Amino acid sequence: MALSTASNFAKPDDAFRAIVEAHRGLSDEQSADLDAALVLVLANHIGDIAVLNEAIALAKRRMLDASQQQQQQQ
Amino acid sequence: MAQTKTQFGYRRHPDQDRPGSNLAEHAVVVVGAGPVGLSLAIDLAQRGQAVVLLDDADRIGEGSRAICFSKRSLEFWDRLGVGQQMVDKGVVWSVGRIFHGESQLYQFNLLPEQGHKRPAFINLQQFYAEAYLVDRVEELPAIDLRWRNKVAALEARNDHVLLTIETPEGPYRISARFVIACDGAKSSLRRLVGAEFAGQVFEDQFLIADVRMTAAFPTERWFWFDPPFHAGRSALLHKQPDDIWRIDLQLNRFADPNVEKLPENVRPRIARMLGHDEFDFEWISLYKFQCRRMNKFIHGRVIFAGDAAHQVSPFGARGANSGLEDAENLAWKLDCVLRGTSPEALLESYHIERSAAADENIRESTRSTDFMAPNSHQEARLRKAVLSLARETEFGKRMVNGGRLSTPSVYATPLSTADGDNWRGGPQPGTSMPDAPVAGARGEQIFLTDAFVKAGMRFTLLEFGNGAAPELPEGVSAIRIGKDGLVDSDGLAAARYDAEPGTAYLLRPDGYVAARFRHPTREGLDAALARAAGIN
Repeated sequence: MALSTASNFAKPDDAFRAIVEAHRGLSDEQSADLDAALVLVLANHIGDIAVLNEAIALAKRRMLDASQQQQQQQ
Repeated sequence: MAQTKTQFGYRRHPDQDRPGSNLAEHAVVVVGAGPVGLSLAIDLAQRGQAVVLLDDADRIGEGSRAICFSKRSLEFWDRLGVGQQMVDKGVVWSVGRIFHGESQLYQFNLLPEQGHKRPAFINLQQFYAEAYLVDRVEELPAIDLRWRNKVAALEARNDHVLLTIETPEGPYRISARFVIACDGAKSSLRRLVGAEFAGQVFEDQFLIADVRMTAAFPTERWFWFDPPFHAGRSALLHKQPDDIWRIDLQLNRFADPNVEKLPENVRPRIARMLGHDEFDFEWISLYKFQCRRMNKFIHGRVIFAGDAAHQVSPFGARGANSGLEDAENLAWKLDCVLRGTSPEALLESYHIERSAAADENIRESTRSTDFMAPNSHQEARLRKAVLSLARETEFGKRMVNGGRLSTPSVYATPLSTADGDNWRGGPQPGTSMPDAPVAGARGEQIFLTDAFVKAGMRFTLLEFGNGAAPELPEGVSAIRIGKDGLVDSDGLAAARYDAEPGTAYLLRPDGYVAARFRHPTREGLDAALARAAGIN
């Protein structure tokens, strides 16, 4: 199975909102703790190491691109 | 308690009186009389090879050091005739518990099923294991064990190696066709061949204390993350024979070893852990560890085994056990080469199989170590998340890494014949033979591992009867289950080998599966046997 990057939620805004609200009122430290737990729970739900590795690669690639763009703008 | 002999004497050997023009020539010289060198020498001697075994000391080392010996190691020691002694003296265990803070996160059983001759693990001080092995060596005239013989130099020649050996009476020289270096993590032979030994050094320090006390803790492996008696760090408790308990405490990176290991500083820590002060110290040792291996386990005619070839962290009992797996892997191959039934190229498979096993052991023990001692804030955060999820989820429990205990590797090896038939289970080629209970001709209860020993620890065809047995190639033993053979009354052998009538497994002399067939043919067996013996 390959990583799905199609839009899988009928209402994507609901999903984004749910995550945002989970972080409301948390300190950065608490937010990081929440994210760590959430990543592990979701990774286990996916249960496919190839998909997980693809997801990690995609997230890392976007993170690097974003930081490069930031540097260019400066 | 039987007295065990730990002190041995240097004795002059006639080899020391030979002139340089007429040096003694030996087929195999094993350097280092620790568990690995002793076991290797015994295996070779039982196969009919004469072995010179050198050790630079004249006594068995102090302190319990390695304590956990695996099922696979016990099965190997059974073949060497010392397994029962080890089990009788050792503390048998198979259950581990992991605690976080005050409460238990989960428990695991490393051998939940019945019908195996040997338990998942025994705990036994290394000095007992060595003493029993030395006793066995002394029964075997083919082994020439020389204490206080230290290899000081070696010169590689085309078809032999010249060794210069230092003794209390001065140096002498011998020649050897093969030298097997089992001389430990600080191997001087590794230095003499100029081999690198690179890898990862871990900064965290661990304190080992063996304490003597009578306690009612069960014989289980207990591991704590962040226990109340040792906040923020990890701890391990293990039982050994003679009312000795192994306690392993993680210290911080900057702790001063000389201060930390003073008994007056160790005592309060242990007292907090045990809840009382009624114990005596047997041994205290502070260590850091490294995970590393040699690039090549074979340097010409010098072959490295055990800690000399690879080192891991202690979490997972992968040090001594993997060294013993090296010994069982090398012994039969060396025997085939010395007999001339296999080409020297067979030895290359020792490097292929055992270096891959070393990589696996390094990977597993590095992961355990990183989990116990996270390298960054984020690693610590992820670990915290796993530990908290483990309280209510199955997946979290399984992610908690308090040491993954040693199991034998499955070899991806040129000696294996790929499956040609359909299998739903059973050991694939490259796997060590699973054990199972069977009954002999007179109804006596034995195990498949016993039958393998009785069959001579050679290439062996394990057949599940189907009337006529196939004609066996020369030199191959047979274990028959079913008609005219052993009785698989509980059906466990058939189940564990996914066997149907006619199924046959070709086992190597170390008990690993070389090939398997639903209905073996003579051509198929011949080809698999040649491949497993390194004859291509």
